[in-house]
Amino acid sequence: MTLTGIPSMTATTIFSAKKIITMNPSQPEVSHVAVREGRILGAGDLASLEAWGEYTLDDRFEDKILLPGFVEGHAHTMEGTLWRYVYCGFFDRMDPQGKSWGGLKSIDSVLDRLKDAEAKMVDPEEPLSGWALDPIYMGNRRVTRQDLDSVSSMRPIGVLHASGHILNVNSKALELAGLFKEGINHPGMPLGDDGIPTGELYGPETMTPVGVHVGFNRSLTDSDEKGLRDFGKLCVRTGVTTVTDLAARLEDSGVEAMLRVTGESTFPARVVPLKFFMGATAKETVDRALELKGKATDMCRLGRIKAIADGSIQGFSARMRWPGYHNGAPNGLWYTAPEQLEDLYRIALNANVQVHTHTNGDEATEMVLDTLGSVLKDVPHPDHRFTLQHCQLADAAQFRRMKALDMCVNLFANHHFYWGDEHYRLTVGPERALRMNACRTAIDTGVPMAIHSDAPVTPLGPLFTAWAAVNRITASGRTQGEREKIKVAEALKAITIGAAYTLHMDDEVGSIEVGKKADFAVLEDDPTQMSVEAIKDARVWGTVQGGRVFPAASL
Amino acid sequence: MIPVTVIGGYLGSGKTTLVNHLLRNANGVRLAVLVNEFGELAIDEDLIEAQADDVISIAGGCVCCSFGNDLTAALGNMAMMDPPPDHVLIESSGVAIPSSIVNSLVFMPAFRADGIVVLVDAETVQRSASDKYMGDTVTRQIADADIILLNKVDLAKAGALEATRAWLHIQNYAVRVVESIHGVVPPEIVLESFLVRARAGGKHIEPSHLDVMTIMPTGPVDARVLARALSDLSVGLVRAKGFVTQLDGTKALIQVVGRRFDVTDAKAEKADGIVCLGFKGLMSRETLEALV
Repeated sequence: MTLTGIPSMTATTIFSAKKIITMNPSQPEVSHVAVREGRILGAGDLASLEAWGEYTLDDRFEDKILLPGFVEGHAHTMEGTLWRYVYCGFFDRMDPQGKSWGGLKSIDSVLDRLKDAEAKMVDPEEPLSGWALDPIYMGNRRVTRQDLDSVSSMRPIGVLHASGHILNVNSKALELAGLFKEGINHPGMPLGDDGIPTGELYGPETMTPVGVHVGFNRSLTDSDEKGLRDFGKLCVRTGVTTVTDLAARLEDSGVEAMLRVTGESTFPARVVPLKFFMGATAKETVDRALELKGKATDMCRLGRIKAIADGSIQGFSARMRWPGYHNGAPNGLWYTAPEQLEDLYRIALNANVQVHTHTNGDEATEMVLDTLGSVLKDVPHPDHRFTLQHCQLADAAQFRRMKALDMCVNLFANHHFYWGDEHYRLTVGPERALRMNACRTAIDTGVPMAIHSDAPVTPLGPLFTAWAAVNRITASGRTQGEREKIKVAEALKAITIGAAYTLHMDDEVGSIEVGKKADFAVLEDDPTQMSVEAIKDARVWGTVQGGRVFPAASL
Repeated sequence: MIPVTVIGGYLGSGKTTLVNHLLRNANGVRLAVLVNEFGELAIDEDLIEAQADDVISIAGGCVCCSFGNDLTAALGNMAMMDPPPDHVLIESSGVAIPSSIVNSLVFMPAFRADGIVVLVDAETVQRSASDKYMGDTVTRQIADADIILLNKVDLAKAGALEATRAWLHIQNYAVRVVESIHGVVPPEIVLESFLVRARAGGKHIEPSHLDVMTIMPTGPVDARVLARALSDLSVGLVRAKGFVTQLDGTKALIQVVGRRFDVTDAKAEKADGIVCLGFKGLMSRETLEALV
């Protein structure tokens, strides 16, 4: 990565731009921003900034639009690692090197891309791995081991679905796992007419034992050093300067690696990793978060916790209130019991540690509201900003309760585009599909709101996320939930100061005003001057992070 | 294949107490216990010999490991222990559905399921089962059980216990319900590995409401027919294990856990005989012998 930053951090640089959108209501648009020591010395016109003394005028952004660096409030840095595998997705997607991989529209084209990759491999036993497959968009034809055998029957092959919950493997992979046989009786492993598994594996308990043979081992969820650096590149390409890693195991070696990489002078994004509440008690988890808080740096903001209440709606593992799933599927699964969450909330509030909680179904949201509501009576904690993550099915009454409890919400706007049609047709039905990810209701109710990608589940890209919340268009092109659309200005707020607020970082990032970090998204196009249907296509030139300039073109 | 017993039950039902009780009475059986998490009081301190990051060594050759969210990997490690454990016990999380854990054993060729034992709190289970959020999780756990340990019976009000037992059988008709206080039950109820050893002269706790009998077939039998008959609720068995000679002259191993039974090929030198653990007053020698 090329660093074309400022010679001396103590000197003052004044950047001029075509327009600077500040998110500071006192002066929403300015022409210049002065930077010193990686922070914003001031924003305004040149004359108003000259009083700060000697400066260098940097006009490289003369024809660019500056916004506060985008804050992605729900992503996973493992996206950087996944790009080592063959991209098999339906939608076009950009890799960390800036190459745009065309979306694959049929199973045959997926197999062709795998064959191309296979032809370049030297070691005949090395596994071939792909990711982001989504047969929902390909006529919903099942992919089988025979399909993947046509790529190679010699080497193990595995392709992970976009949801992350399904893995397709070939015969060789089944053979290596000892599962190329008849008589397997497991709901997560369908059998073909010949009695042998079809090679579709549903759920972690079937994916893990085979996954190790096709290059997906369990460390997948933790990005390694190269993965994190690659993820940093994606941040620059999408205008992101602060990004969460929402649910990391954060064991010592992983934390050291993360501190090392984020501490590199060329690493371009502030990372906010949340310790995953799983496999340890509430007390241990809070103690660990406090210990990690002590290790936090400016670029690696350790010390928060993520809990998971339920599963996913499209996986039918989310917890739904009556009348449940539209297709009659049984209710989903709790991942954490209310008593455990209550413990966690109580101990975390007392220790001043913030908790974000994943809920998808409306029953899970209700449970968290009940649980936190009761804990807050015992442990009042002004300004806790505990945040509901995804919270896709919340209704208006639940948003009113969030407001009453001073909670924040981070809605999964991208999901609406990628799976909205499925929700309408299959999982929750038309009425509830209209209210999913209810950004309008959140804003009108006064619940502090962010919107997110959940990368790698959907691609990192706050401008796309903003577009999704503004237009509510599904993959098939329908507008779903007209009433829940928000304005472009509101969406831009959600991906900057809005997301910063949910992380207790709105005093540092999320707007361009004096004293804050010199974090900017640098755009070629002005999203406020484009048609609302086009804002996802506003081109990103790169970022400025902590006063350091990162042009995407020289990554 | 190493037998695996899943211990399920909602939070507070007494799973941890039961696990400690089993470790304390392991009596030479090398148990490997997998727990979702090491709580503050996961293992009684006086049992612990040494503790590394996620493995606790316990007196008598037992171990306890936390598996976090990766049970498959933890089981893989168990299979590679040298020597391997005699029996694996999985203490599932309070919200886990036990059958999904048992189902996943299909992919672990070194292991076989030895049943699902679900603890329920005699005093509170019906209330938990009608809980707005957790009710269906609790009833799914009960429906999955081969054996239910009706725990804390000392705390249940008079009359309530019978109502709870009746209610449990509505949730799961064929389940075997064994009462306990503080999780104190004969280990052989929970773990098949204890069943045969107990007969071989090892000391075990003699429960007042349970009985152990050994039946000797008088000649070759159809092992599947016999196993199915032994698993019938009316016979009064909790568990059975033993060898029989099949009609074709080969040996078979019969394993019964409540309503679940399994018949597998066995070595020719195994002596015939089936150890049956059942309810006193319900299991009778006459009925059992009539089956063979």
